[in-house]
Amino acid sequence: MKFVDEFREPELALRLVAQIRETATRRWVLMDVCGGQTHSLLRYGIEVALEDCVELIHGPGCPVCVTSCESIDFALQLAMQPHVIVASFGDMLRVPGSRESLLDVRARGGRVQMVYSPMDAVELARNHPDCQVVFFAVGFETTAPATALAALHAEQLGLDNFSMLVTHVRVLPAMEALLLSPVNRVQAFLAAGHVCAVTGFAEYDVLVDRFRVPVVVTGFEPIDLLQGILGAVQQLEAGGHCVSNCYARSVSREGNINAQKTVETVYEVADRDWRGFGSIRNGGLILRDRFERFDSEKRFATNQMNPISVVNTCLSSEVLSGQIKPPQCPYFGNACTPDSPLGAPMVSSEGACAAYFRYQWLQSK
Amino acid sequence: MMTPDRIEFPTCPVTSFQHDRVMLAHGEGGRLMRKLLRERIAPAISCGNAAISTGIIENDAASFTVNDGDMAITTDSYVVSPLFFPGGDIGSLAVFGTINDLAVSGADPLWLTLGLILEEGLPFELLDRILLSIGTAAKRCGVSIVSGDTKVVPKGVLDKIFINTTGIGRVRDIGSLGSHRLHEGDAILVSGPIGHHGIAVLAAREQLGLNPAPRSDCAPLHESCRCLHNALGRDLHAMRDATRGGVSAVLHEWSEASSHTMKLRESLVPIAPNIRGACELLGLDPLYVANEGTFVAAVSRPAVTRAIEVLQNLDVSRHATIIGEVTKKQSAPVIVERLLGIWQPLDEPSGAPLPRIC
Amino acid sequence: MCLGVPGRVSAWLDRDPLFARANIEFDGIQRECHMACVPEAEIGDYVIIHAGVAICLVDQAEARRVFDELNRLNLLAELETDVVTEATPIESKRDEP
Repeated sequence: MKFVDEFREPELALRLVAQIRETATRRWVLMDVCGGQTHSLLRYGIEVALEDCVELIHGPGCPVCVTSCESIDFALQLAMQPHVIVASFGDMLRVPGSRESLLDVRARGGRVQMVYSPMDAVELARNHPDCQVVFFAVGFETTAPATALAALHAEQLGLDNFSMLVTHVRVLPAMEALLLSPVNRVQAFLAAGHVCAVTGFAEYDVLVDRFRVPVVVTGFEPIDLLQGILGAVQQLEAGGHCVSNCYARSVSREGNINAQKTVETVYEVADRDWRGFGSIRNGGLILRDRFERFDSEKRFATNQMNPISVVNTCLSSEVLSGQIKPPQCPYFGNACTPDSPLGAPMVSSEGACAAYFRYQWLQSK
Repeated sequence: MMTPDRIEFPTCPVTSFQHDRVMLAHGEGGRLMRKLLRERIAPAISCGNAAISTGIIENDAASFTVNDGDMAITTDSYVVSPLFFPGGDIGSLAVFGTINDLAVSGADPLWLTLGLILEEGLPFELLDRILLSIGTAAKRCGVSIVSGDTKVVPKGVLDKIFINTTGIGRVRDIGSLGSHRLHEGDAILVSGPIGHHGIAVLAAREQLGLNPAPRSDCAPLHESCRCLHNALGRDLHAMRDATRGGVSAVLHEWSEASSHTMKLRESLVPIAPNIRGACELLGLDPLYVANEGTFVAAVSRPAVTRAIEVLQNLDVSRHATIIGEVTKKQSAPVIVERLLGIWQPLDEPSGAPLPRIC
Repeated sequence: MCLGVPGRVSAWLDRDPLFARANIEFDGIQRECHMACVPEAEIGDYVIIHAGVAICLVDQAEARRVFDELNRLNLLAELETDVVTEATPIESKRDEP
């Protein structure tokens, strides 16, 4: 596959690993803030290969992990209503809210439809005029252009049976929140490559100047990740801090202006609750007034569900902020497994804990 | 005597008869059921054999004599959705799936039974298509469907149709195949490229818009399994078709049953470009995706070349290749060599693989 | 959400600014994708597809440059290192268990 296979070349990857090991004079602490990068780092054995010279902390990069319980519970209620279809990305289906997941509700007769694209949800609405289609709009800034486009299409088509449950989150405010924490250990960030493909990376200048941490825009293939890590280590070794771009084939400083305009037409920045983190200022996106009628929260009035108190509370915020690695959580592997997860980091295939469970040596650490 | 002005018809409704679909009455054992059996089911599945056709209709059980030799029996139920998908359908799946379970157990398939559970309202047109597919599949495998059962359930209880098939076959060398024969150093082979069926069904069911629509590998494996077994004899240790959970599920089952660790080299696992493209797009790992015409085999190391030669000689296994080996037990039941030469545990599949966008 | 896959624009289906669509090819399989965010893409170009929507163009020249540079450095490193001297920890990790 073009632009994929070349960046998975084993020989080149090993050379980069060797170069990183030669460059690092001490063990540096890096954080990635993208579930897709976490997945690749573990799947290709990069984390293990570099563990002597780099500690890789997996930050809150999985939008399904940080979608609030309340939002999921709301979606579950809607799915059980007659004539409502909840359309969702595959990742979201297994994530439990305060009690159960969309898959659980589907097993009980709720109408839940998996979609690959938000545009498929619009199509679903067109094909089912007798039903209300609710699209669960999760994701970072990478996904916002797609969901914004869905809203614009629905508006243009005059659909009255399509709405979106918007829970979009923004990466940069979360990175800021992490850096403000008194227990922060992160010395450099690998910035999420596809978020930056949309937003560009000009806005990271302020972060870098304020907190004096290197930020390296990084892609997802093994070569991209290793180049990003090398870039970060080189900066740290030199004592410098700046924004550098190691994913230039997809990312420019300004980003994709068309995509940004699409997002700005439909959404505005707002505070948002991140599961396990509390409210993050400017940490989310909400629909603008013009698209109010496509807001599921305004369209549907439902009863408040009472959250059940759980015996074991997921330590997601400690894991996602990098204070502890998943195996250091007392519930990891016993009370909390992919089959019986306590919280989203273990449920989602991209959750930090699930990724660890899947790829890490069982006997190590 | 009172002469009625007009004739009063009885107020209880006469059964409304619909000619184009299955009704509850079709499952009640009476006239309508015998009609269904005689006019639709028996002709489709008996492959022109009048004796079998009569037997299906008239007898409660099929009888046969076993002279000497060993028999194998297996059963499986089929609930796939959608009913029709590129490369197959629930009918052909119900035949090949059970045939394949016999085949990988070292048995030559002989007979099948056919249990149908139909949803009230199922259009005959759809039922006929499925029955034709069953009959064609059975004929292709040279097996006879000798007995069966048909039930009808009220609308909404199940989604259109469920099928159960039980297969009986004659075992070639009883006890010679199975996880108990796995040995350290055995080579692990796969009969062809992986991931076709799971991707085909997912793409069709969720209307993922992939073009050309991925095709299932749904196919009978009895010929490949028989040729391999005959050529290798006791050097063939185990076979398993890699259905739900894919290659990963087979290797985990073998590991648990044999107390060995299965080693897999990711770079050796064959995958067709379009299936790979689909997996990349959907974020799926092909090792967890179901197959319905692909099996995994464990053979003793010296017999590997011969095994590959035999398999590659047959169309359904023309891309057979080595993918790993059986090794002594380690902490992880299945380990896979990844890109940087790092060996990592391969997790057991849990739940159907779902497309991700992260 | 970040899974973005590079695909080749094989045919334009609709150039409307809002409803723009094109056939995108990924190694033997195609899908109609939405192109409103990358309207300038032409046939033969590569775009990153995320959730059925193109989010950016792939700069092919830049990709080639990076790859060539990596290969050059790799070759240089090989020439400099005549022989593998001591076994580094990475080598021991490569050993099969």
